[in-house]
Amino acid sequence: MSTSSALLENAVEQLATLPGIGRRTAMRMALDLLRRDLASVQRFSESVRRLREEVRYCGECCNISDQDLCGICASPARDHGLVCVVEDVRDVVAIENTHQYKGLYHVLGGVISPMDGVGPEDLRIARLLERVGSGMVREVVLALGATLEGDTTCFYLHRRLREHGVAVSQIARGISIGGDLEHVDELTLGRSIADRKPYEQSVKR
Amino acid sequence: MKVRFRRLSLFQFRNHAEADLELGPEINCFTGPNGTGKTNLLDAVHYLSLCKSYFDATDQHAVRHGEEQFLLKGELEEPDGPVELACSVRKEHRKVFQRDRKEYERLSDHIGRWPAVMITPYDGQLILEGSEVRRRFVDGLIAQFDRGYLDALMRYNRALKHRNVLLKRFAEQGGGSLEALEPWDEQLAAHAATVHRGRRAFLAELTPLVLEHYQGISSGPESVGLEYRSALDQEPMDSLLRRLWDRDRSAQYTTEGVHRDDLHFLLDGLPLKRFGSQGQQKTFLIALKLAQFDLTAARTGRKPVLMLDDIFDKIDPLRMRHLLRLLGGGRFGQVLITDTDAGRLHQALDGLPHDVRFFHLDHAQTIRMEAVERAEAL
Repeated sequence: MSTSSALLENAVEQLATLPGIGRRTAMRMALDLLRRDLASVQRFSESVRRLREEVRYCGECCNISDQDLCGICASPARDHGLVCVVEDVRDVVAIENTHQYKGLYHVLGGVISPMDGVGPEDLRIARLLERVGSGMVREVVLALGATLEGDTTCFYLHRRLREHGVAVSQIARGISIGGDLEHVDELTLGRSIADRKPYEQSVKR
Repeated sequence: MKVRFRRLSLFQFRNHAEADLELGPEINCFTGPNGTGKTNLLDAVHYLSLCKSYFDATDQHAVRHGEEQFLLKGELEEPDGPVELACSVRKEHRKVFQRDRKEYERLSDHIGRWPAVMITPYDGQLILEGSEVRRRFVDGLIAQFDRGYLDALMRYNRALKHRNVLLKRFAEQGGGSLEALEPWDEQLAAHAATVHRGRRAFLAELTPLVLEHYQGISSGPESVGLEYRSALDQEPMDSLLRRLWDRDRSAQYTTEGVHRDDLHFLLDGLPLKRFGSQGQQKTFLIALKLAQFDLTAARTGRKPVLMLDDIFDKIDPLRMRHLLRLLGGGRFGQVLITDTDAGRLHQALDGLPHDVRFFHLDHAQTIRMEAVERAEAL
């Protein structure tokens, strides 16, 4: 793409480094920014700059935070004896949206995957073990994806956590609420049957 | 119940500009010189049954040279009336697959409903080539009807890759411990057990059927066998991985496991690959595929369309006769056969009480149909 302005070219190039953005879309975005008034674009760029400069990671759960301790970890209303281990920030958002969970989180920052060059040492596992070692944690809930790498990471964590004598649980896998059985894939359905639980437990909620 | 194509039409598919055939309920023979498109007719049926070519994974390659798209249609005879299948591929577009003019949401909803089994000279690689070809054959057949097996196999292969990356890294960067592999070994052990069990159970079912068909075709004195060999026969995967840790580390990959399993084909207890004649090897392959037919029929409740592509070379006339008698005998359903030698087929079918139709192909792309009078039952 050749344009009449090196400045425009430069902006397009930068925008195109974002995930899911090709050069064509980047050009549309750049032209849109040009059409706005200066104050609006300053607000925009300021927010991006501050995001990068000022966001910190929570010293406890490694979630994205504005303070040294994130809002969830700082809240006295949360159950500090319960820690849910997730892969990244998006999973925290997803679980928060359920309004079902009142414990804390621990954001690993990925899963173990040698093929992608990610080993246990690249994840925030040491911090998790420290938290558990402090004696405050009663139960760790593993909430990683049901992929091979997710399962392997759960296995690894379970082994490391075992030494601390903390209870380790894993989120249930099964059919989605409001779904017909016939539309559930057979692996999930098979798993739901294998992992069935007493009826009294399921009506309680 | 059998899968029965009543009608087959091709448009710009491989070498066929246009073709339209009314197929008979039992034996359909396609004869003619090389390069007239006999095999392509079978491949069209394979497409309609399994949504892909038997020979070439790239759909675009099936478009006739110089054209932009192909269209295949097949009319199936079903208890509730005819069903029309259509498959079309346009260059630079995705494949469209329809049943009664309604597009499938997922191709997997179609695959397996109207099964087909193909036997071609290419299947010789099952005997001649390395163990990977045989594992792929067995895995494909099991996975078709067992999602749990497929999942375990895919996870096993993926965990194996991760583990091999680690072994390589240990060698490059030094260090590394059995403990670092443990999470992967745990996964491998669990999935290897599923794969091993699946293959063993499958072969226990398949083997007697192969033997039976081999006897049926050869009616000779020789006996054949299939032997599935796996390191897991002696030792579970987890202890295997622990025991071979040093060897794996110096080899920089995982040296034993179900990824090294093999299936041995035997003739009177000796390797068929070395001691079998070409005719015996071919008879074995046919028996193997007929066993595949039986299992597919049992799993789907449908007798697949059976396709024999140019398989009679090196087969003696008596075996050919036995085979053809077997194929029309009610155990099988609709059968499609190609051969360059119409005379040989006529002779082998002569006097058999089957419904037989011949289609003679030539280079001018005409297809001449000839119904053979049903012989009086002997």
